[in-house]
Amino acid sequence: MLGKLDWSAIPFDEPIPLIAALVVFLAAIGVLAWITVKGFWPYLWREWITSVDHKRIGVMYVLLAVLMLLRGFIDAIMMRTQQIAAIHGPGYLPPDHYDQIFSAHGTIMIFFGAMPFMIGLMNLVVPLQLGVRDVAFPTLNSVSFWLTASGALLVNISLVIGEFARTGWLPYAPLSELDYSPGVGVDYYLWAIQISGVGTLMTGVNLVATILKMRALGMGYLRMPMFCWTSLAANLLIVAAFPILTATLAMLTLDRYLGFHFFTNEAGGNPMMFVNLIWAWGHPEVYILVLPAFGIFSEVFSTFSSKPLFGYRSMVAATLFICIVSFMVWLHHFFTMGAGADVNAAFGIATSIIAVGTGVKIYNWLFTMYGGRIRFDTPMLWAIGFITTFTVGGMTGVLLAVPPADFMLHNSMFLVAHFHNVIIAGVLFGAFAGFTYWFPKAFGFRLHEGWGKAAFWFTLLGFILVFLPLYIVGLQGMTRRLQHIEIDPWVPWLIVAACGILVMIVGAACQITQLVVSIRHRDELRDETGDPWDGRSLEWSTSSPPPSFNFARLPHVGGEEAYWTMKQRRIEMQDSGEEPAYEPIEMPKNSPTGFVAAFFATLVGFALIWHIWWLAIIGLIGAYATFVVFAWRDVAEYEVSAEELERIERAGQPAWSKHGEELA
Amino acid sequence: MSDRDHRPEEFADLDDSAPGEERINEQEVAGGLLGYVTGFGLAILLTIASFVAAQSGLIYQPAIISALVVLAIAQMGVHLVFFIHLTTGPDNTNNVLALAFGVFIVVLVVLGSVWIMTHLNHNMMPMNGIQMQ
Amino acid sequence: MSAVSGALPGAISPGRPDPHRLGHGSGHSHGATGHGEGGPASKFVTVAYGFWIFLLSDIIMFSAFFAAYAVLAKEIAGGPSGVDLFELPRVAIQTGLLLTSSFTCGLGSLASHRRDMVWTQIWLLVTGILGAAFLVLEVQEFAGMIEEGAGPSRSAFLSAFFALVGCHGLHVGMGLLWLGTMIAQLWVKGFRADILRRLQCFNLFWHALDIIWIAIFTLVYLLGASA
Repeated sequence: MLGKLDWSAIPFDEPIPLIAALVVFLAAIGVLAWITVKGFWPYLWREWITSVDHKRIGVMYVLLAVLMLLRGFIDAIMMRTQQIAAIHGPGYLPPDHYDQIFSAHGTIMIFFGAMPFMIGLMNLVVPLQLGVRDVAFPTLNSVSFWLTASGALLVNISLVIGEFARTGWLPYAPLSELDYSPGVGVDYYLWAIQISGVGTLMTGVNLVATILKMRALGMGYLRMPMFCWTSLAANLLIVAAFPILTATLAMLTLDRYLGFHFFTNEAGGNPMMFVNLIWAWGHPEVYILVLPAFGIFSEVFSTFSSKPLFGYRSMVAATLFICIVSFMVWLHHFFTMGAGADVNAAFGIATSIIAVGTGVKIYNWLFTMYGGRIRFDTPMLWAIGFITTFTVGGMTGVLLAVPPADFMLHNSMFLVAHFHNVIIAGVLFGAFAGFTYWFPKAFGFRLHEGWGKAAFWFTLLGFILVFLPLYIVGLQGMTRRLQHIEIDPWVPWLIVAACGILVMIVGAACQITQLVVSIRHRDELRDETGDPWDGRSLEWSTSSPPPSFNFARLPHVGGEEAYWTMKQRRIEMQDSGEEPAYEPIEMPKNSPTGFVAAFFATLVGFALIWHIWWLAIIGLIGAYATFVVFAWRDVAEYEVSAEELERIERAGQPAWSKHGEELA
Repeated sequence: MSDRDHRPEEFADLDDSAPGEERINEQEVAGGLLGYVTGFGLAILLTIASFVAAQSGLIYQPAIISALVVLAIAQMGVHLVFFIHLTTGPDNTNNVLALAFGVFIVVLVVLGSVWIMTHLNHNMMPMNGIQMQ
Repeated sequence: MSAVSGALPGAISPGRPDPHRLGHGSGHSHGATGHGEGGPASKFVTVAYGFWIFLLSDIIMFSAFFAAYAVLAKEIAGGPSGVDLFELPRVAIQTGLLLTSSFTCGLGSLASHRRDMVWTQIWLLVTGILGAAFLVLEVQEFAGMIEEGAGPSRSAFLSAFFALVGCHGLHVGMGLLWLGTMIAQLWVKGFRADILRRLQCFNLFWHALDIIWIAIFTLVYLLGASA
């Protein structure tokens, strides 16, 4: 009846996951009870769960990402403390559990932390920057989000029911095959990533179509803000790379479920093919994460230097260059597998070349700051912290791109330090910069500056303290994923790294405090203008938070930096703008399709993990029925009347009425 | 029949074509049927040519693979032009660019994998040698 | 939207036989929507373009299966190879069925342009029947192979073969489910704008499946049977 599922799936003998799960469970019950008592369910259902508004979906993505970042951060803390607790001893995490923790850490941070954060920011900002009312496919957008949430839920269910993979964040075959991983851990990984991967792919399709087909009048390609360009490149990479992941994981699934021999040791299977295919996705994935962050930094450097972005066209070229070349370097993840000198040399050279594109960007950002009137608000601090530390990570990357050097350094803590250096300093700092920068746009009030700056300094310091020592122990020969430590010269550095993570904890606490303090003081921090940072692109031309339709009239774009040009023209011409004539508009109706489809997807995933076949069939039928109901609906849009538009626009802070005070 | 009538939209977008969109005009016979018939005929010919090339022995054995690949690419081209109506016109630029990007990735993935895996297999220690030890 | 449509260049003849507009300045139009500064594209174009992007991603997914097949094709592990297993007459019939269904699918699209409900339905139905016949032949082939002990777990070659061809078959099956749903919907709701958009997407999907089949019958069956 229940397949492989029985009471032995609950880890009663392991106190740590059980207590953790209990705490999470009680917290979730508490939140649900609070919502019920306050009577928020109708509001949540109407305004959030069924919402197809790109801004709401973006906010939910970021919320999911923040929760998952915290979850992954707890895993990180456990790993750092285990390594100093287990010097010549067992520590507090048995190997079995430790392996699950480093696997879950990587999986959660990449798939459910970094990706949703970036996708959330793109969702929130791209349509606003393009000057349109929503993404190309609003309901699909909601489906994407809920499928991502479904994957995250499955990973977290594995904490209590069953186990998670012990194979690392990429389940290398043949370790991940049924012979060596007979438990449900790898199955949890496979189905969680497949479900959320479909969501990610749909987001990629959606945003590519949005950027290429839906831009305000006059917004030519070379007038798009840099964040839109990098989003376009990142989403093209999603569309091109995620199918490879889907196919590769499908092959592993077939091996595990139906006895196929893609990656097994027997019957001619080739485990090296798994490594090859997974990195053909995995390397573009790195750029899927970091390209949007580059876009955020471009916006931030330009805004807070009060200057146009230096070398806009070279920046566009560098972005597209990275987009293409990122597909030609994947072998550098397995130089040591033995493809031979010629293949290694070709991929080593390609890897060094891709750094040129990033180098162009670094110089462009430096020249953007040069001669500008720089304001050191929190987003700018994150950006400057990024440019200084990320460059180190880039340099160590070029070092690792040299195959002979890689033979010495691969699988070492040096590598771990390198990719954390680029992902934390690049992606995470970018996410935090974007979070602080666009928070007032999303919610109508700014974040508290003092706490934000404190968070920045603690995070930066903690980050340096954690990862510089890891570079050093890596050079001393420490390999990654060690559950206990027997070599004494490594110990002092590991203690420094553990102290570093304490500082990072303070940084994370500052972030949370910042959020709480800002919400409590939201009236003082209110953004009345819609343009708190003196911005340059169209998202700042509408009120904060924007109305559901973003723009009562679609803007006309007259040049690069659409909003900046508008502001300048108004000041020069002593023109406070005229209230335009409104015409009724059509907006997409809310739909529970995404939520319901993801519910069934979760059922299917859970059922397949535990081999509960009847439940999987029910789930599939339910998902199909959901889409038929959606396809059958007769009214897809509702009309916002001209009077309604006029009323909402006057109540907000419309673009035409801004800068009256500057003129007066 | 004008172009506008075929669009399910309130206005037609004359400078931008959807992928697979047909631009039927009065000049063409039988409202676009000719294109499909031509495509169908060419595809049948190319399919037959492929089967003949592979089976009949008319073609020098080592060249069969190239002949088959050329015929397959030709047939894919026929499908793209006559069934999916891809053109080189400016209204199709986006569609062609997207296709080019996709083909580029496909080529990279397939040829790259084959190249890498061939070298890996070549450098692999013989498995029976290990078992003997 | 109406603010945008007013700005569209309207001075082009409706039939527009020359998309390049030779002799009318530079061939590249700056007014082109979706290409430049002309404002948001129509919903029809956006939907079809989004689906086109999805199809490309689907083809890239197939490329991973093709890559796996190319790498593992020689790993027969002492079991049967393509020469022993592939029956080319069956493949020729399958190819004919799928190609004809692509053609009838196009005829259905032409009928839908004329808003001719009966012929649209007939052609869609024919497309579906041809697709189903293709699928039956494939299932027969698979069942026969498994019966002979040449199932997917026999060797890496057979794993890659079943996965690649099966993935295409799964797509055809999903296409049939979609087609059936759409036939019913078209019957009930008529030629509504959103159904016409879906019809357009289905056409693209079906033609793309045929393009993938070209690669399969060439690289898998013809090369496998002759090598």
